[in-house]
Amino acid sequence: MQSQMFSSPLNQPSADSVPIIRVEQLAKIYDTGEVPLRALDRVSLDIARGEFVAIMGHSGSGKSTLMNVLGALDHPTEGHYWLEGEEVGEMDVEELADLRNRRIGFIFQSFNLLPRLTALQNVMLPIRYRVENRISAEEREEASIAALESVGLGDRLYHRPNQLSGGQQQRVAIARALVNQPSLLLADEPTGNLDSKSSEEIMEILQKLNRQGVTIVMVTHESDVAQHAGRIINMKDGKIISDGHAKRGNKNQERTQ
Amino acid sequence: MTLIEVIGLAWEGLVLNKLRSFLTTLGVIIGVAAVILMIAISAGAEAAIADQINALGANLIIITATRGVPGRPPTLVYDDALALAQAVKGISGVAAEQNLADQTIKWGNVSFTTPALGTTPDFPLVREAPLGTGRFFTQADLDRKNKVIVLGSKVTQDLFGDTNPVDQEILLGSTRMTVIGVMAPKGKVADTDYDDRVYIPLTVLYQRFLANIQMNNRVRTVYAQAESRETMDSAIGQIKSVLAQQHGVTLANPDFIVQTQEDIIQTQQATTETFRTLLAWVAAVSLLVGGIGIMNIMLVSVTERTREIGVRVSIGARPQDVRRQFLLEAVILSLFGGLVGEIAGVGGAWLFNEVGAMRTVLVPWSLGLAFAASAVVGIFFGYFPATKAANLDPIEALRHE
Repeated sequence: MQSQMFSSPLNQPSADSVPIIRVEQLAKIYDTGEVPLRALDRVSLDIARGEFVAIMGHSGSGKSTLMNVLGALDHPTEGHYWLEGEEVGEMDVEELADLRNRRIGFIFQSFNLLPRLTALQNVMLPIRYRVENRISAEEREEASIAALESVGLGDRLYHRPNQLSGGQQQRVAIARALVNQPSLLLADEPTGNLDSKSSEEIMEILQKLNRQGVTIVMVTHESDVAQHAGRIINMKDGKIISDGHAKRGNKNQERTQ
Repeated sequence: MTLIEVIGLAWEGLVLNKLRSFLTTLGVIIGVAAVILMIAISAGAEAAIADQINALGANLIIITATRGVPGRPPTLVYDDALALAQAVKGISGVAAEQNLADQTIKWGNVSFTTPALGTTPDFPLVREAPLGTGRFFTQADLDRKNKVIVLGSKVTQDLFGDTNPVDQEILLGSTRMTVIGVMAPKGKVADTDYDDRVYIPLTVLYQRFLANIQMNNRVRTVYAQAESRETMDSAIGQIKSVLAQQHGVTLANPDFIVQTQEDIIQTQQATTETFRTLLAWVAAVSLLVGGIGIMNIMLVSVTERTREIGVRVSIGARPQDVRRQFLLEAVILSLFGGLVGEIAGVGGAWLFNEVGAMRTVLVPWSLGLAFAASAVVGIFFGYFPATKAANLDPIEALRHE
């Protein structure tokens, strides 16, 4: 279901050679008084198109801050971030909104569906905020229904979030993240609020999407969840302490930097 | 988000908090109702004045005496009216009037008391009180002091029922008089009921009904009708100089007052003007307070929905999208108040008419104006909360519980 139709012209000639994410010397420093807090401390990282990356670490390790910067929700104090070859730090408010809208899909721990809207309306929201390539109301609905069907919720279109289980809500959130066909999916503790069975379902969906070509970056502190990813990055005190390509199901095969 | 969806969402929110919505918009409701009522009262007053002008007679000039000194001859007399009719150009008629205390009127064995007015032949013309049947008295009747009488329509009905009153003999006080005509119904003008009184020649009034010789020849008011609005000023000038000459006074120190309807109506207008000003202030203050109420509730709404705003931003809402959403909600809230206010205003105008407190005329454009005012209030007072929502930090917003 992934398509390249919305890719930027910059990376058109050699889409595969340009990493989807490149960060260099990224720092986020909070001025808390006596000692400045370095939530991110000179992080450099490349993520190639099609990767499934898990970022692990304890709370305060900087993984969420990194996630927010990658999602263009937070601005780094120092350093550079290129998404598909474009420097995000040089974008204005409108371009950032468009970036979040069409090139990044977000999945949150607490689902973050709008409670007053139905599943279908929730999924349609990102298309509504689309500025370029606007489509008709019928096409929006078709695309949103297709997205919900792809996560197995074709029969829950008109349910509100409080009428759905946690796993179903997270699947609605995934459908919402996918509906504008982004090249990057950011998942912040996607299974943190779910039981093990629902967690397994969500991870299966994410793996299926990854196999279809969607690049996924996932923050988690559960190592068994992280094992679904092809690459595991460990963070501590705002720094990357390990970055390894893991074979699925084998926790010990890591490459330490 | 399409407009319809935003309206739908805002409406749902309104219904969810019925009491809160109502209290929030109460200021707007009162303000809008006051705007409509204010304009309806103004229009009503104007209509009442127009009616009064028509009832009094168009282009009317009203001459009254300043209060005479006791023991001295009266200052405005029948001869003045004759002199004016003769000398002043650009007027179509002059009518002198002198009231008489209630008199007993009797025909057969029916009798009751009625007010009477002594006047001159031009009365129906000048006061725009047309005759129904028969004739009005003539200058000849006045000169010969003929004992003739013209009846108001109500007096006729009470005295004669279905009998034709013309040429019947009646007794007014102790004077036997012949009925020569009946006035057409006219109703009340100011406090005078034209239908419930009788009209007799002024000279007969002096001869038969005035005991006090001092009062003889005296008239309370002389009315002159200008031929047109254009001849009005010239007629007034002539009237003043003729009267000054008649009375042997200077124009700088006259013993009479010459007025037009406008002078008299201005006093009434001043009263409605006061009321209108009051209502305008009520409208302005209510709309201001209503606007602040809307701003307050929108700020509460922005705080309550901080997380929602964070979610919307994270999936690609631009600041302007968020601002538009909250601005629209504020406008819908105040337009809802506007709508209820319209109903209250129209109802209030109807009620004012119904209980007879004040005449009101609903002006269609006032509904549009009041509605526009409520929209402006929504935009103006919704802008700050909407901008606050648009400028929220998405990470803070997403973390908000």
